[in-house]
This record gives sequence, structure tokens and C-alpha cells, in this order.
Amino acid sequence: MRIRLERRLKPSRAAGVLVPLISLILALAFGGLILLATGANPIVTYKAMAVGAFGGKYAISETLVKAIPLILCGLGVAVAFRMRFWNIGAEGQLAMGGFAAAWVALFLPGLLPNLPLKWLLPVMIVAGMLAGALWGLIPALLRAFVGVNEVITTLMMNYIAILWIEYLFYGPWRDPKGYGFPGTAPFPVEGWLPRYPGTRVHLGLVFALVAAVVLWFVLTRTRWGYEVRVIGENPRAARYAGISLWRNFLLVMLVSGGLAGLAGVGEVAGISHRLQKGLTVGYGYTAIIVAWMGQLNPWGVVLVGILLAGLLVGGDQIQITMRLPAAVALVLQGAILFFMLGGVLFNQYRLRVDWGLRRRSIRPTLPAEGGES
Amino acid sequence: MTEHPTTPAVRMIGIVKRFPGVVANDHVDFEALPGEVHSLLGENGAGKSTLMNILSGLYMPDEGEIHLFGKPVVLRSPRDAIAHGIGMVHQHFMLVEMHTVAENMVLGLRKPRFILNLRQIEREVEQLSAQYGLHVDPRARIWQLSVGEQQRVEILKMLYRGARILILDEPTAVLTPQEVEDLFATLRKMTTEGKTVIFISHKLEEVMVISDRITVLRGGKVVATVNKAETSPSELAKMMVGREVLFRVEKEERQPGEVVLEVSGLCAKNDKGLPALKNVSFTIREGEILGVAGVAGNGQRELAEVLTGLRKATAGTVTVLECDVTNCSPRKIIGEKVGHVPEDRLGMGLVPNLPVSDNVIMKTYKERPISAGPFLNGGAIGRFARRLVEQFNIATPSVQTPVRLLSGGNLQKTLLAREISISPRLMIAMHPTRGLDVGATEAVRRLLLEQRKQGAALLLISEDLDEILELADRILVLYEGEVQGIVPAKDADVAAIGLMMAGVKPGEPAATETERRSA
Repeated sequence: MRIRLERRLKPSRAAGVLVPLISLILALAFGGLILLATGANPIVTYKAMAVGAFGGKYAISETLVKAIPLILCGLGVAVAFRMRFWNIGAEGQLAMGGFAAAWVALFLPGLLPNLPLKWLLPVMIVAGMLAGALWGLIPALLRAFVGVNEVITTLMMNYIAILWIEYLFYGPWRDPKGYGFPGTAPFPVEGWLPRYPGTRVHLGLVFALVAAVVLWFVLTRTRWGYEVRVIGENPRAARYAGISLWRNFLLVMLVSGGLAGLAGVGEVAGISHRLQKGLTVGYGYTAIIVAWMGQLNPWGVVLVGILLAGLLVGGDQIQITMRLPAAVALVLQGAILFFMLGGVLFNQYRLRVDWGLRRRSIRPTLPAEGGES
Repeated sequence: MTEHPTTPAVRMIGIVKRFPGVVANDHVDFEALPGEVHSLLGENGAGKSTLMNILSGLYMPDEGEIHLFGKPVVLRSPRDAIAHGIGMVHQHFMLVEMHTVAENMVLGLRKPRFILNLRQIEREVEQLSAQYGLHVDPRARIWQLSVGEQQRVEILKMLYRGARILILDEPTAVLTPQEVEDLFATLRKMTTEGKTVIFISHKLEEVMVISDRITVLRGGKVVATVNKAETSPSELAKMMVGREVLFRVEKEERQPGEVVLEVSGLCAKNDKGLPALKNVSFTIREGEILGVAGVAGNGQRELAEVLTGLRKATAGTVTVLECDVTNCSPRKIIGEKVGHVPEDRLGMGLVPNLPVSDNVIMKTYKERPISAGPFLNGGAIGRFARRLVEQFNIATPSVQTPVRLLSGGNLQKTLLAREISISPRLMIAMHPTRGLDVGATEAVRRLLLEQRKQGAALLLISEDLDEILELADRILVLYEGEVQGIVPAKDADVAAIGLMMAGVKPGEPAATETERRSA
């Protein structure tokens, strides 16, 4: 018996759905083994996680709260990945978005006393997106003009951004009335994103959904979307067709960084109402899984963003209810990505099993040639 | 040889090989005798390469048996095939560029186990080279060798591994006419020693020269096996295609018009930073085809790339219709209505995973009605794509089919359809028919001639000298990035062009064998 991989004639649509699903199941099974090893009952644990994430209004609202940054960063990562620009820097771009929004909220009213306060929030949003976009632009410039690998630069710039905001809320921006808590003073109320009453779900959810719709439209119905498609599938053909690679790298990173920056705005203006420790908890990295699992498709990103947010919230819940480490959720996340990356193979290939070649293969010998061999 | 003379060296019985959606080999019976050159002739996609990949252990057949020298064998891997004395020289050489000839010989061999005595291997290689007239320095590194020499190394490698059955997949595509002569001499020497040579080709002329017997494949089935002496090129062509073929595409007389492309003193470097084009100058007029002949790697690719803005010129000028486009962006040059059929169709000319419709708008997606402002017009794209598919007879299930799934001929038609859709004033076509079957070749050549009739200027870069002689009005020969000469196609002499391709300027005496080699 031989098991072989065979190239598919066309990428399978079924595989596009099945691979993420089966990866999820395998990851849960794998996580189950780890849970067993720590003495916990996997089924009970997973049930507790599911209830914690989706059981009831509060659970669902908390899941949506975490889905907002995951979807925004996931969309940003997905659009860059579509052009095969490996933006690993959503975390840093998110941090810079939060930083810029915080600066506007804390200092702009003092600098421009005539600014009507109803303008504060829009300016924060624009500033946050711009900061994320510019932070993303730097690796794009380095790639376009000096040929520096963007995986390295986007990753390294995360640390710069994270340490920069830490310096601010531990140092010069720390709230003197904060009892030593690492965070800035709270923003004026005009700089808060409106929330759905009774929950922490803020306007960022609408931004995320609108961003998904717009992105889908841009990618499928515009000239720029076409250019992204051609570059992503065959950069040499793009150059041959007169599509400027460097211009598009810059453009795509402005979009990608801008979306991650918007996620940062949502976190500071929608949740914490200040720049504080806990802004960078890995949404930007989880977004990479979201983008892959969502097949770089905006709708997929929305769906997977909510699913993985549920995983995070569920992870927090079992920490409280079952006294298990929340890291279980992170283990599961890692395992999902691991199985996904392995499973992507099946989009292009399928397994074929040959049950013993020789038995089946012998054709009746031609009569005329019977005796020769 | 000790075997009974009638025992075939290779006997393949009822070979079936299916790929998703196609039967590449449909109950193929094939045999080759010791001491014969047996050609496998057929159009692309006829199943020649599949059959030989099965024989060389790359594929397992779904059904059928293989007998070598009368004994049934199962070949599970190329290593099995080599152990049975089967060696295949692929179209793309499998050599390590940075290693020497001798080092490449032992690559992948299980002996010697520990200590590598290169001196001894070099001596063995020298001995083999002398025996078969495959001259090559065993201490030379692969990258220093010409393509023809690299092919000799591949053949030597197979002989060194004790091949008794040598399979050559389209070996002459990369050779000058003189090198082809040398290769054929080597093959004849091998067959007189009782070795079997299986020669894959779709070129009728050379098959008629070198073969003892010819097996013609069509659509995965054997049409016939014939003795060379009892057949003719036209009969073979009929068997290959299943119908009568026009060998000459009709080319009407045409008076060239004004100058479209003027290249003067052009210099450029290749990817390694070495000079690839040296002071190249020529012009092409409206309604004129300038053929560029030369052995692959003598600056043809760089020439096409500089003219289309994909490579920087280090000196000289390129003028299209009195507009200086030297070192302009590809976008600007496309805007000057310069069409480009690149050498690497799937790697550069098309986007394999995108549908036909996305591929045909690559040059016009910024124009109305394909797009309006920043938005694409899906309806107009569909209509445009369907019109091209119909007009150019592109066989595709729909315009939504990824071009990756089209056959070679239809890929090239799709590419040409797009380039012609910009109404080019200048068309640069590189190897436009390479790897295409007879029918598609004819269609592509007709399209190129149609452009000439419309008044476009064409630069035709091809390795196929017959193609250039058939289509071009004038022939430019490139050798090591220099123009060896430009001659009118009418009174061109194949031998003279062959010499120019080998680096002899017209008027100089032909270099001797040893001089050519040391050059």
C-alpha cells in the first residue's frame, strides 16, 4: 500500500472550510491530551469554556469585545498577506494607534482650547489610524527601497512600539493620581467610544464590520483589488503588466497598519478609557491566526475573529471557574495554527491511497505475445 | 552484447497512467531494441514524457508491465531505474552549478561510501568522454560550461552510472546546429556498442535523421511504430496530428513602412551583473519581422527585458515611434503600445491561479470600459474575455477557469490575445511556439503574421531556426550579447547562421573544433 499526495485540479472549496474546521477539532483533541496530563477533564473543561464564551448575554458581549480588535487586526493582516507582504507587526501598529489616540485625548484639548469637544473622538480615530498606518509604512519603505525582509522589521518594530507606550504610562504620562498604577489619566468623556448599554461592546464593532464590507468590496470590485490579486499570485507578472510593486507595498501597509491602529483606538477609547498596561496582550499576533483561518477573506476573518475571541474569553472563564491556567486558550490557539498550516496543503493536494499496485495492474497478456517473456 | 539479438532492451506492455481528468497513457505498448535509436514522436501532451517518466521511475504506472531485457521489473524510483541501467536526460538539467563535472558524477550515488577519490573519478570521466566523443573537462565547474557542454555532462553522468538505456527528452532544443551534429555522432557511437537510445522529440527533421525506428503517440495512445526507411516526414506529421499539416504558413510580401523601433548602442547586464548586451543596434519597421537567432543565454532574454522596461539599460537608447523609452517603466512602455510575449508564460506572462478573465485584462484594466475610475466593471470584463476567447479560439470551459488548467497552446493563445488586444505597434515575442504542438504552433505563427500584416513591427526571439527562417524578414544573430550580423531572411543560409550562432563573424574562417571549445 502506498499513500501519495496528488495535486488537485482546482483548489477545493470544501477544503477551504474543512481544513480550518478539522484543524480546530485536532487542536481541541491535542489540547485535551494536555488537559488530561494536568489532571483536568477535557470535556468538562471545554464545556466550561464554551459556556464562558457564548452562554448568555454577558458571555457573548465579552466575546464580542475581544472580537473587535481581532477582526480589525485580522483584516489588516489579511489584506497585507494577500499581497504576500508578511506583516507580523499588527501588535505594534495597534499599540501606536492607541498611543496616538491617547495623545489626542490627553493633550489636544489643552493645545487647542477652541476645539469643540465633540470633535475629540473623530480626531482620536483619525490620529490612531494614521499612527498605525505610518508605523506599518516604515517596514514597507524598507522593503520597497532597500529590500529588507518585512517579517523581521514588522516583528522588531512591535517591540519598539510596545516598549514606547510602556515608557509613557510608566513614566512621563503616568497618572499622578493613579496610586502608582501603570496608566495615564483617564480620557475626557468626550473621548470615549459609545457603548451598547449594559455591556462593554463599543462602537468599534461597527467599525470592524464596516471595515470588512469595505475591504471585501475593494478587494473584489476595484482596480486596486485587482492589483493586489495579481501581485499576490504572481509578482513577476505584476511587474510585467506595469503594476508598481513598491507603490502597492506602501499602500497595502498603510491600509493594514491603519486597521490595526483603529483596533488600538478601540481598545483605549472603548474599553480602558486611558492608555494603560494591558493594551498589548497579543491581539496583533492572534490576528495572524485569524487571517489564515479566515482564508484571508474578510467574511472569514469576521467569523474566525468571533470564534477565537470566544476561545480567549472561555480561557479566562476556566481560570476563574476551574482554577486552570488561562494559557490553555493560548495552547489551543497555537495548536490551531499549527494544524492549519499543515492542513493548508490539502487545499492544493489530496491524498490518494494505492492498495498494492501489482495485484491490480496485470492485464490479460496479449495472446500473440504470450510465450515470449 | 550477450543478450539474444531479438530480446528487446525495453518492453512496456499495456501501460496506463491516469492523471486527474486525463489519461496520459492509454494502454501503450512500446519496445526498443539494443543498438537502436528509437524516437518517440508526438505533439505536446501526447504522453511521450509521461511514458518515459514511467520508464525512468519517476511515476508508477496505474496498469501495465515493464520488461527489461526480457525480465519483468517494477521501477519504484529513479534509483531503481538507474540500478536497472536506465538513464534519463531531462530537458532541465539536474546538475549542481557550483560543483565540478566529476563531483556531479557521484552525486546521489551510494558509492563511494566514505572516501571520495576525485582523481580516480576524473580519470574515469576522461576515459568515458574519449570513448563517446563527449568532450568536457572533468575539473570544470558546471556554471563555466555552455548549455551544450552541460548536456554532455548529463549524458556522461548516465553513462558513468552504467546506463544501457539512455532516454533523451528533447535534447536538441538548446543546441546549435553544430552541437546537434556532435550529439548525433555520440548517440550513433553508443548504439554501435549495443546501447539503446530513446529520443523524445516533436521535430520531424531530426527524428528522420537520427532514428532507426519511430513510435508515434497521439492523445496518449500509440498510433504506430514504423521503420525510418519506410516513412516520410509528411506521413509522420499526419500520424502526429491526425490530419494533413500545412508546413509553411503563408507569408505575403509586404513593403516595410516607417521605423517603429530603433535600438542604438544598447548595453545591459545580466542577473549576475556581467555584461549581457554589448553595443546592440538595430531597427525594425512597420510590417516587418526581425528574427533574433542565437543559442539560449546569449543575451536574448536581457534584450527582451530591456526593451519592455523590466531591466535597466546601462548604455544606449531605445526609441519607439520617435519616443525615447530608454529605462522607462513597464507601464509607460505598454502605453506606447508595445506588446510582449515573454519566454516564461506561466511565470511572467500569466497569473496561473487567476481566471482567464483576470488574465486577459492585465494590460487594459485601467481603461474604459474594463474599469471606470477606481472601479472594475465586471460585466464589461466578462464580455471582453468572452470575445477574446471566441476570436482567438481559446479552448476553455469558461472565462472563470484558472489559466493554470489550460493546455500549453491555449495558454499561449490567451497571452497573445491579450497582447494583441492593446493593438500593439511593436510586438516582442520570445519563444512564442516553444513547447507547443503542431496545431497551436501554426495558430500562433498565423497570429504573428497577422500582426505584421496590420503594420506592427515584430521582434521574434526564437531558438527554433526553422521558425525564424519561416517568419522573419531579416535575421539578427546574437552571440554573447553582441550582434554577429543581420541578414535578410530570403537569402539566408542555415549553415552560415549556425556558424554565427557559434561565434564566428560572417567572413571569418570557421573555427576548428578545439578552438571553439577553448573559447
